[in-house]
Amino acid sequence: MIHHMLSTLMSKIWSGWGTLAGVFLIFALWQVGFETFGSLVLPAPLEALSRLVDLVALPSGLEYILITAKRAFAGFLLASAFGIFFGLIAGWSNTLSLLCKPFITVALGVPPIAWIVLALLWFGGDDGTPIFTVFISTIPLIFAGALQGVRMREKELDEMAQSFHVPLVQRFWQVQAPQIVSYLFPAWATALGLSWKVVVMAELLSSTRGIGAGLAEARVNIDTASTMAWIVVVVGLLLVIEGMLLNPVKDYVEGWKHAE
Amino acid sequence: MLNDAAPLLSVVPRGSAETKPSVLSVSVEDHRYHPLQQTLAPSALELKKGEVVSIIGPSGCGKSTFLRIAAGLIEASTGKISSTADRTAILFQEHRLLPWKSLLNNISFGLQGQKLSKFQRMKKARTVAYAMGFTEDDLIKYPSELSGGMRQRGALARALAVEPDLLFLDEPFSALDIGRRRDLYRLVLHEVDEKQCSVLMVTHDVTEALALSDRVLIMAPDPGHFAKEYEVPLTRSERTRRNLLELEASLLADDRIAQLFNMSNWEQLV
Repeated sequence: MIHHMLSTLMSKIWSGWGTLAGVFLIFALWQVGFETFGSLVLPAPLEALSRLVDLVALPSGLEYILITAKRAFAGFLLASAFGIFFGLIAGWSNTLSLLCKPFITVALGVPPIAWIVLALLWFGGDDGTPIFTVFISTIPLIFAGALQGVRMREKELDEMAQSFHVPLVQRFWQVQAPQIVSYLFPAWATALGLSWKVVVMAELLSSTRGIGAGLAEARVNIDTASTMAWIVVVVGLLLVIEGMLLNPVKDYVEGWKHAE
Repeated sequence: MLNDAAPLLSVVPRGSAETKPSVLSVSVEDHRYHPLQQTLAPSALELKKGEVVSIIGPSGCGKSTFLRIAAGLIEASTGKISSTADRTAILFQEHRLLPWKSLLNNISFGLQGQKLSKFQRMKKARTVAYAMGFTEDDLIKYPSELSGGMRQRGALARALAVEPDLLFLDEPFSALDIGRRRDLYRLVLHEVDEKQCSVLMVTHDVTEALALSDRVLIMAPDPGHFAKEYEVPLTRSERTRRNLLELEASLLADDRIAQLFNMSNWEQLV
């Protein structure tokens, strides 16, 4: 038992090292780019980082980050709730899942930028536009993941549970839900990453506050250092979310897959 | 109920069988998965308490379908089933353990169909698991960490944990080696002798059917129907590999049956 815990801890630290090495490699390449092309094209990484510290130190900088995070999560959570709920319902019905196929294809095909234009017309320049854009561009992914999870479950296991007269609620949680999650989770993780990117894009075009708005300001001022600083914030937060939220959840729900 | 109180000696599978109450009676008139294709023609079967009956037949003859109907997993297009068994369990060809549950939780899984507290379920599952030769270490393992034989034994433990009056076996031994197979035979027969559990088994292995059963029904395909019923003449304790071979010979001496299994000139090995 102790040995097991130690080895999982070691493997965690080890994968952390891997991520860190990757990050430093990116900074190194960035530095090379700066030295080759000059600071107008790419600012020095250190300059961008010090700008980042300045931005976060300002009350408005931190506020921007929190606003963006709030919008991304609001859109993502709404999309998760609706997407999973309707995906499960559609998955259980042959007719519905057939009917939903073209909808998913269309919804995945519409570029987020088109939704932003529509959302601007519908919701104006407030929180509504980025939240809606995140919602509408991530929901097809989550919906399709839940639907596939229900469709692809092993009927043999259902039959086994039925043969023991296990009540329906337990059957769902213990037999079907773990199978659905293994399909849903990758889609869910992709949707979370997408929601970060989309929220920044929506803010850039529609909002006066948030990371996207900060990027828009930087563009107006031709301030590459601030631009890179905001990019570092977005990517850094995505890495943190992945490490602190997604990976532990993944370990929890898929732990049985990694039993040696 | 009466028989529960009466002192039943363990190894009396035959002779007294006529007086024992019927546990299951299945009468299928017709069954089709597809409207134009008849899977089962009229076929009926009666199973008595403590009796072991096998259905053998070539692959795809409908024997598994018949078992599914008998077990109540699917409904016959037309037909009647009546069963007096309180608790039934099915052992499938594949183990069908839940890969995300430990062995112990898998064994206790089937008990959720009964009104037991979680503590009682765990206690019962543990007792059964130990009786079937699992160690404490095995119980916390996931199915992927167990060998094929142990998985099937786990599936049997899950089935026996519900203390079935009626056990359905759908070729559960076919993927096991000869030693593991005999271990499981013994565990099943122990349940039959101790608790007067009735067993309906489907297999394509003639020797297996003869070794375990009181009666063997032979099913012929297109559409599935029982072609012959064969009462195994020896009591289970009298059966050995040698005399089973003779029984098999006498069974396959019937031309119709030999043809069914594609075993004309069956003595030729290859």
